Amino acid sequence: MLTVDSPTWQGWLRPDGRKGIRNLILVIYTVECAQFVAHAVASREEDAHVIGFSGCYDNAYAIRLMLALARHPNVGAVLTVGLGCEYTQAGRLAETVRASGRPAESFLIQEVGGTTRSIANGKALIGQLRAQIRDVPRVPMGLGDLTIGCECGGSDGTSGLAGNPVVGRFFDRLVDAGGRAIFEEIVEQIGLKEILLQRAANPDVREQLARTYDKAEAYCKSVRQWSASPGNFAGGLTTIEEKSLGAFAKSGSRPIQGVLRVSETAPGPGLWLMDSVPDGHYMQFGYTNPNDSEGIVDLISGGSHIVLFVTGRGSVIGSPVSPLIKITGNARTYERMREDMDFNAGTVLSGEQTLDAAALDLLGLVTRVAAGEPSRPESLGHREYFIMYKHQEPPGLQQGCRA
Amino acid sequence: MASSDPAAARAVRIHPSDNVATLLDDARPGIVQILGAERLNVTAVEPVAAGHKIALHAVAKGDPVLKYGFPIGHAVRALNAGEWVHLHNLASNYDERSSSLDVDTGAPTDTAHAYR
Repeated sequence: MLTVDSPTWQGWLRPDGRKGIRNLILVIYTVECAQFVAHAVASREEDAHVIGFSGCYDNAYAIRLMLALARHPNVGAVLTVGLGCEYTQAGRLAETVRASGRPAESFLIQEVGGTTRSIANGKALIGQLRAQIRDVPRVPMGLGDLTIGCECGGSDGTSGLAGNPVVGRFFDRLVDAGGRAIFEEIVEQIGLKEILLQRAANPDVREQLARTYDKAEAYCKSVRQWSASPGNFAGGLTTIEEKSLGAFAKSGSRPIQGVLRVSETAPGPGLWLMDSVPDGHYMQFGYTNPNDSEGIVDLISGGSHIVLFVTGRGSVIGSPVSPLIKITGNARTYERMREDMDFNAGTVLSGEQTLDAAALDLLGLVTRVAAGEPSRPESLGHREYFIMYKHQEPPGLQQGCRA
Repeated sequence: MASSDPAAARAVRIHPSDNVATLLDDARPGIVQILGAERLNVTAVEPVAAGHKIALHAVAKGDPVLKYGFPIGHAVRALNAGEWVHLHNLASNYDERSSSLDVDTGAPTDTAHAYR
């Protein structure tokens, strides 16, 4: 019973049939040494966003993640920039992207010959790619076509009372409209195993959720890192269990359809849990959620067109590829950081609005951003990202290919 | 002892079994109005900031502290009604580090050696 008159807008049709809400050129660097040039190439190019991987030694997880972003429905074309020495192959990335039907170019800075020539070369390629995606077919899109992720960061005592519950109500509406909702932060569901399992759509999913929960709890124990920060404590949250109960509210009330690994697209409509925790491996590198940007990039890799970011304490980050919408349940934060905040869920705590009314307002905002209105972080130019060394078994090895 | 004192700080008890409530306003010592399944009040015995928790009744040492109807940890000492419930008297059942954090800022104290 979704209303706001079941809004529709014009999206971009990709060769795989998915529809995007932006038509971007993604510049990808393959080692820290190429980072400066990649950012200089994208500088002052409104439709060019940058991501990249810092390490010289390659990492299958990071390559899959960069390719998931490169083949995201919001991306029309890709330019990869390598130095020339590194393990990660800029040329092979571009080739793989071209196989998805998108135009893609690549170059190596050592071959082009230094900083200035590389920047000029990159800018020329951006111009060519832009011309090639000008005529990507436009198609009508509605809520049922959307995948929306949700992350929380800088949580405080209001996050579990207002910010996350408003998103939960919104997620219920999105799922009922046939869309896909992804929540993550299994490391912020500590102590909630039984509640989590009760939400499984079927016994197979229950089994997946139990495995995912047990892995996360064991991982946190082994690295002695629980996903709570000084700001959370100063904001009134005392334990990881308390933070987890508030964070879990963002999942709403609908059944969980399954567990996605990073870079895996939600294979069907409904609510999905993304598992970003490393799998056991001989190289035990990686912390689970080193910062908010990493979790947001994970959600985008799962196909999220937009990511909702619930922050009680306040944050100023944005994201490449998919717009970030910032929600706070803390009216003081909303006033103090007005230019960075998209949505004030504090109205629920002051009694001005019910949770359902706020969720409907949020739905209106999501629709406007999907239709092209820039979110606050987008218009401020925030494009933060974080891609790290990590090990996860590719999804196909564990549960058959669902892509 | 229901009170409709407009100056009283408000707090939310999320679930009827909760033994703590979350402040919506900064509370000074005195009456705090509890919004929840049924209306009741508690007398704050110390300042409690918005977003923080206040004990609704006495909790014995070692007993679970309940919020959302679930244990969010255990009391490390006996709690009195009206007390601020935070890092100094509530410990996680999982995270052994949280009890070492600075009670006002949440800043770590166990890595002080690294800042030299």
